Amino acid sequence: MHKLVIDGVGKTYPGTAGPVTAIERIDLTIPENQFVSIVGTSGCGKSTLLNIVGGLEDPSRGEVRIDGTPIRGPGRDRGFVFQSYSLFEWMTVAGNIRFALEKSALGRAEKTELVAHFIQAVGLGGFEDAYPRQLSGGMRQRVAIARALVYKPAILLMDEPFGALDAQTRGMMQELLLKVWEDHKVTVLFVTHDVEEAIFLADRVIVLASRPGLLKNDLTIDLGRPRSFEIVTESAFVALKREILANIREETLKVMAAERV
Amino acid sequence: MPDASPRRPRRGLLRLREEIPGWLFSAAGFVVPALLLLAWWLVTELGLVRPLFLPSPGEVAAAGWQQWSDGTLAQDASVSIYRIVVGWAAATAIAVPVGILMGNFRLIEGALEPLISTVRYMPVVALIPLSILWAGIGDGQKILILFLGTFFQQVLMIMDNVKTIDRNLIRAGQTLGFSNAEILRRIILPAALPGIWDTFRITIGWTWTYLVVAELVAANAGLGRRIMDAQRYLATDTILFGTLFIGLLGLLTDYIFKKTGQRLFRWAQLGR
Repeated sequence: MHKLVIDGVGKTYPGTAGPVTAIERIDLTIPENQFVSIVGTSGCGKSTLLNIVGGLEDPSRGEVRIDGTPIRGPGRDRGFVFQSYSLFEWMTVAGNIRFALEKSALGRAEKTELVAHFIQAVGLGGFEDAYPRQLSGGMRQRVAIARALVYKPAILLMDEPFGALDAQTRGMMQELLLKVWEDHKVTVLFVTHDVEEAIFLADRVIVLASRPGLLKNDLTIDLGRPRSFEIVTESAFVALKREILANIREETLKVMAAERV
Repeated sequence: MPDASPRRPRRGLLRLREEIPGWLFSAAGFVVPALLLLAWWLVTELGLVRPLFLPSPGEVAAAGWQQWSDGTLAQDASVSIYRIVVGWAAATAIAVPVGILMGNFRLIEGALEPLISTVRYMPVVALIPLSILWAGIGDGQKILILFLGTFFQQVLMIMDNVKTIDRNLIRAGQTLGFSNAEILRRIILPAALPGIWDTFRITIGWTWTYLVVAELVAANAGLGRRIMDAQRYLATDTILFGTLFIGLLGLLTDYIFKKTGQRLFRWAQLGR
């Protein structure tokens, strides 16, 4: 059975100059524990789609089902990691992660153990009592990942989580994310505009068409795991990258042509 | 000896946004008032203006000493501080919840913002007659004036404080399963609190500036009252002393808020 079904989902905003369609129609079925990257030109509706799956926005058409049940708003079966870190800055690293367990029925000792486990998993041992403002961007995002995973959601939604990081840190974070994911398997929807990042991480890459937001391509990434960063120079990787870049270039040209009219 | 190295550090105290030594920054804050005081003293000492228009620093100090030694200063100050604290606290107690609701629920913002924005421009002085009809001539009327002078500005500022927090913090709270009430209390409030505290600091300053207006009518004690009385006898030394004293108390209030804020929100001052 499919873990996540996106069934005819569309989104239209009532704009000031008439309605604006962010997503025309997207159908996707995602099996359990698949790592799916979503790429596309800016404005293709990839973040809107993620927000809809997260329950943060309602779709105008269609529905999202998890284990066959349509979603109603946000819920603890989904964890969210935002580009803007979005940490609770008045709480320590451990406090932030523990806050995510507040609604869980676990006992105190179990919660403490889980928090400690995830702090280690994202490599933040020794920073338990630090405040977010004392941390670098990469470390803050590790706290956000730990916070989103600690309550064991079935689906992890990530909206350009490494977009604000410098190139070196981003590479380290991608490897860290893969390692954490292999140890704590979960279905992932990962939105990015970085094609190399999308392929490196995922089992499957979805390319969205630029306005009106339709499926452009759906590629299986058969590169084996665990992966290391050297994979990006392998010919299979390069071929995938070339195909996706060509897709995106085609879409970008369409947007530019439309704007010129 | 001229420096031999090719890249000499740029000199000068007026560089855009550059730091200057801490002692110099503090010293500059004393030098300007000291210069003004000196100019004041010179002007009166040389007899350039008549004492009625500008009494000398010595006369003003004497007026202050007089009030201090006969106990009126302590009595006026305690009465006025009481009114300030109660008036400001009443405004704050309502402005914080209302501002938070306005900043987070568009419906409440839409319902209240036009009204509050209008009232905010109404002159409080003009409401004195009405305030007497409504609240009598006791402390309640003074506190009502201070409340009116503070509340409408404060509630809009708190709404803005709340609006500036990252929307994704709220979304994070929603994905973690928290209810609206929990998100308001446990995420939005603490995230906005350093900004709200700054608003407290600014608005209590405004409450101080309304003190004279509040004590304009039917007050028999208070720092503002003393100034209005002195006006009747053209006791310009007393007027100047009272004004300066209110300024000093305002400065002290500001300092207390600033230091308390730094202690309360250590996390907000941490940086890399």
